[in-house]
Amino acid sequence: MFNDPVMLSRILTGLTLGFHIIFATVGVGVPLMVLVAEYIGIKRNDQHYILMARRWTRGYIVTVAVGVVTGTAIGLQLSLLWPSLMQVAGQTIALPLFMETFAFFFEAIFLGIYLYTWDRFKNPWLHWLIGIPVAIGATASAFFITTVNSFMNSPEGFKIVNGALTEIEPLKAMFNTATPTKVSHVIVSAYLTVAFILAAIAAFHLLRKKALSAAEVTYHKKGLRLTVIAGLIFAFSTALIGDFSGKYLAKYQPEKLAAAEWHFETTDEAELIFGGYLDEQADGSYEIKGALKVPYALSILAGGAPSTEVIGLNEFAKEDQAPLFVHYFFDLMVSIGMYLAAISALFVIAFRLKRLNPYNKWILRGIFIGGPLAVLSIEAGWMYAEIGRQPWTLYGIMRTADAATTSTHVGPMLILFSLLYLLLGTVSSVVLIRMFKNNPAGKELAEAHHTRGEAMFADDKK
Amino acid sequence: MDVQTLGITVLWTFLYGYLVVASIDFGAGFYAFYSKYTKRDHLTNKLIFRYLSPVWEVTNVFFVFFFVGLVGFFPDTAYYYGTALLVPASIVLVLIAIRGSFYAFANYGSNDSMFYTFLYGATGLLIPAAMSTTLTISQGGFMRKTEETVTFLGTKLFTNFYSWTVVLLAVVSVLYISAMFLLYYADKAKDDPARDLVRKWALFWSGPTILACALVFFGLKNQAAWHYENILNGNWWWFAASFVFFVIAVTLVYLKKNYGLAFLAVMAQYAVAWFGYGYTHLPYILYPYIDINKAVVNETMATALVVVFIFGLLLLIPALYLILRLFLFDNDYVSGKHSKKA
Ligand code: HDD
Ligand code: HEM
Ligand code: HEM
Repeated sequence: MFNDPVMLSRILTGLTLGFHIIFATVGVGVPLMVLVAEYIGIKRNDQHYILMARRWTRGYIVTVAVGVVTGTAIGLQLSLLWPSLMQVAGQTIALPLFMETFAFFFEAIFLGIYLYTWDRFKNPWLHWLIGIPVAIGATASAFFITTVNSFMNSPEGFKIVNGALTEIEPLKAMFNTATPTKVSHVIVSAYLTVAFILAAIAAFHLLRKKALSAAEVTYHKKGLRLTVIAGLIFAFSTALIGDFSGKYLAKYQPEKLAAAEWHFETTDEAELIFGGYLDEQADGSYEIKGALKVPYALSILAGGAPSTEVIGLNEFAKEDQAPLFVHYFFDLMVSIGMYLAAISALFVIAFRLKRLNPYNKWILRGIFIGGPLAVLSIEAGWMYAEIGRQPWTLYGIMRTADAATTSTHVGPMLILFSLLYLLLGTVSSVVLIRMFKNNPAGKELAEAHHTRGEAMFADDKK
Repeated sequence: MDVQTLGITVLWTFLYGYLVVASIDFGAGFYAFYSKYTKRDHLTNKLIFRYLSPVWEVTNVFFVFFFVGLVGFFPDTAYYYGTALLVPASIVLVLIAIRGSFYAFANYGSNDSMFYTFLYGATGLLIPAAMSTTLTISQGGFMRKTEETVTFLGTKLFTNFYSWTVVLLAVVSVLYISAMFLLYYADKAKDDPARDLVRKWALFWSGPTILACALVFFGLKNQAAWHYENILNGNWWWFAASFVFFVIAVTLVYLKKNYGLAFLAVMAQYAVAWFGYGYTHLPYILYPYIDINKAVVNETMATALVVVFIFGLLLLIPALYLILRLFLFDNDYVSGKHSKKA
C-alpha cells in the first residue's frame, strides 16, 4: 500500500480535504452569523451584539488564513495527484472552478475592507453593508466547489464518442442531477456547524459562571440565545435536505445508499439498519449482527413511503461496490444530526416555557458538546460521500485507479503534508485560545463602559 | 484574436498582476525581518504591515486564479506539469502555507516573535526562487515523456546554470520591486526616516536587477535557442523598452523626485519584459509538448470561461478600486490615522 500511488494519492487527498473542510466550513458560516449579530446590535443599539460580531470576526481571521492556505494546497494538489482526472475535468467542469476564484476575490477584498473599517464610517449601516459581499462570497465558494463535487457523482453535460469528449454543455455539467441536494445540504450543514461552534463557546463560558461578571453573563446569554435559535433552524433544514439527499441516492446512485445501509436484497418495506457489525458467512454473504433495525424507515428515506422498493447491493458486481464500513460514517452523521436538532429544540422550548431553566447545567453541557460533534458530523458526511462513491472518481465514467498520478514520490509528500497540517492545526488552536484568553469579553465590556464609544476597541492588538 | 490567444493573454496578465503584488509582499517580508534583525524595525515595520494587512489574501487569490484558469483553458497543463512537478510544487505549497498562516498568526494573534518574522522573511525569498524554476522548465529540456508517464529531470535542473540565473533574477526583482513600492508608500505617509532607509534599499537592488536580467537574456541563447531566435526576430524592442523604463525609474529615485511615477516606471519595466517574454514564448506553454493551438480546451468551454471572466471583471474592478482607495490612496489611512482593526 505504501508504494501504491493510487492509494497514497487517495489518502493525501482525503487528508487535505478533511483538514480544509474544517476551516472552510467555519469560513462559510461565520460571516453569516456576524452579519446577524451586527444587524441586531445596530438595530437595537445594543453594544453586546456589536462586540460579539467583532470578537467572532477576530477569531475568523485566523481560521480564514488556514482555510486559504489549505485551499490553495488542494487546488494545486488536484492537478498534482489526479492529472488524468483534471485533464477531463478541465474540458467539462472548469467553469465553476473558475467562477469560484472570482468568489474568492470578492470575499477576500471585502473581508480586507470589513476588518479595517469598523470605526471609519459615521453611519454604522455602511460597515454592515460591507459584510454582505463577504458572506455572499463565502457561500458562493461553497456553492461552486460543491457543484464540482456533484459533477463527480453525476457526470453530465457531455458525450463520449470513440473515447473523445464531445457536445460539451458547461452549464448542464454544473447544474447536474446531484447539484440541488448536494449543494443545499453542504451549505446548510456548514451554517449549522458554525452556529453550534459559536453556541458551544457561549455555553462553555456560562458553565464557569462563577468566574464571570454580571455583564459577562448577560453577554454570553445573548450569544447563546442567538446561536442556538439559528442552530435549531439549520438543524431541521439540514435533516430535511439530508432526507432529500437520501432520495437522490436511492434513485441515481442506489449502490451508495445500499452500502451505507447494508441493504443487500432489493425489497420494499426495507428496514433501516443502525449500528451493528457484519459477520461474513461461508458463502461470502454477510449476516448483520447487533444492529438496531427500524422497520420501513429505509423505504421512507428512499422514497417517502413504506412501499418504496429499495435496490440492494447484490444487484451490483463486487468490483463496483463501495467499502461497507461507510455504514458507520452515515450512522454517525445522522445521529449527530438528530442530536443537534433535539438539544437546540430543548433549549428553545425551555426558554419559551419559562418554567424550565434553559441555562441548566445539563442543557449547557449538551450544547457545549454539540460544537465538536457538528464538526465530526461534517467529516463523517464527507467520508461517506467520497468513499461511498468508490471505485469511481467520476461515477460510471472514470475509475479512481485510472485517475491518479503515476509519480512514485507521493509517499514522502504525504508525510510532508501531514506534518504541515499538524503544525497548522496546533499553532492555530494555540493562537485562537491565547487571543481570547488574554482578552476576555468582560475586559472589553468594562473598557467600553469606562471610555464609551470609539476608543473601546482601539488598541486590541497587544 | 482566437480564443486560445485571448485565454493565454488573460492568464499571463493575471500572472503579471501576481508578479507585482506578490513581489511587494515577498520583499516586504524579507525587509520586515531584516529591519527587525538590525533593530531598525521601529522605522519601517508599522508601515509595511499597514499596507500588507488588508491585502495579503487578495494577493494569494491572484495565484489561485492563475492555476485554476490555466487548467481550465489548457487542461493538458494539468497532465504534464501535474505529473512532473509533484515534488517541487508540493514544497512550494508548504512554504506558501507556512508563510500565509504564520503571517496571520503573528499579525492578528498578537505575537511578533523573532521566529515568526524569520519564517516570514525566509519564505519571502524561497517561494519566488522556487516558483521561478517553472519558467525555466517551460523552456524545454527538463522533462522526459514516455508512453505512460512524464518524469521531471530534477538533477538536471538543479545543476543547470541558466536555471540559477533565473532564480537570481527572481530574488533580486522581488527585493527591487518591493523597495520601490515601499518607497512610494513611505513617501505618501510622509514618514521621512522610513523613506530614507527604503530609498537606499531601492537603489542598492537596482544594479543587481539589471545585471541578472542581462545574464538571463544571454543565457537563453544556449538554453532555449528557439526562444532566443524568436526574440531576435524583431522582438528585441520589448526588452529595450524595459531597459528605458528601468533607467527612468532609477533616475527619478536617485534625484528624489516623484516616487509614484518611479513605481509606475518599475511596473512598466516589468510589464514590457514580461509580455515580451510571454509573446516570444508562444505558441508553447511547455516546449515542445504543450502548444496553445493544440492544447486549448473545447470551444464551448473556452467561450463560457471568457464570458465568466468578463462578468467577473465587472464585479472585480469596482471592488479592487474600492480597496485601493481605502488603503492605498487614502492619506489618512496610509499615515496611520485609521489603522485600528476589529
Ligand atoms: C453538520 C453536518 C451534517 C448533519 C447533521 C447531517 N449531514 Fe448529511 N452530509 C453532510 C453533513 C451533515 C455533508 C458534510 O455536508 C455531506 C457530505 C457530502 C455532502 O454532499 O454533504 C453529507 C452527505 C449526506 C448524504 C450523501 C449525499 C451524497 O453522497 O450524494 C446523505 C444521504 C445525507 N448526508 C443525509 C443526511 C441525513 C438523512 C441527515 C439527518 C439528520 C444528515 N445527513 C445530517
Ligand atoms: C476540491 C475541493 C476544494 C478546493 C479545490 C478548494 C479550493 C480552495 C482554495 C484554493 C481556497 C483559497 C482561496 C483564496 O486564496 O482565498 C479555498 C478557500 C475556501 N474554501 Fe475551499 N476548496 C475545496 C473544498 C471546499 C469545500 C467543500 C468548501 C465548502 C463547503 C470550501 C469552502 C471554502 C471557503 C469558504 C474558502 C474561503 C476561505 C475561508 O473563508 O476559510 N472549499 N478553497
Ligand atoms: C471538503 C470536503 C471533502 C472531504 C473531506 C473529502 C474527502 C475525500 C476522501 C476521504 C477521499 C478519498 C476517498 C477514497 O479514495 O476512498 C476523497 C477523494 C477525492 N475527492 Fe473528496 N472530499 C471533499 C470534497 C471534495 C470536493 C468538493 C471535490 C471536487 C471538487 C473532491 C474531489 C475529490 C477527488 C478528485 C478525490 C480523489 C478521487 C476519488 O477518490 O474519487 N472532494 N475526498
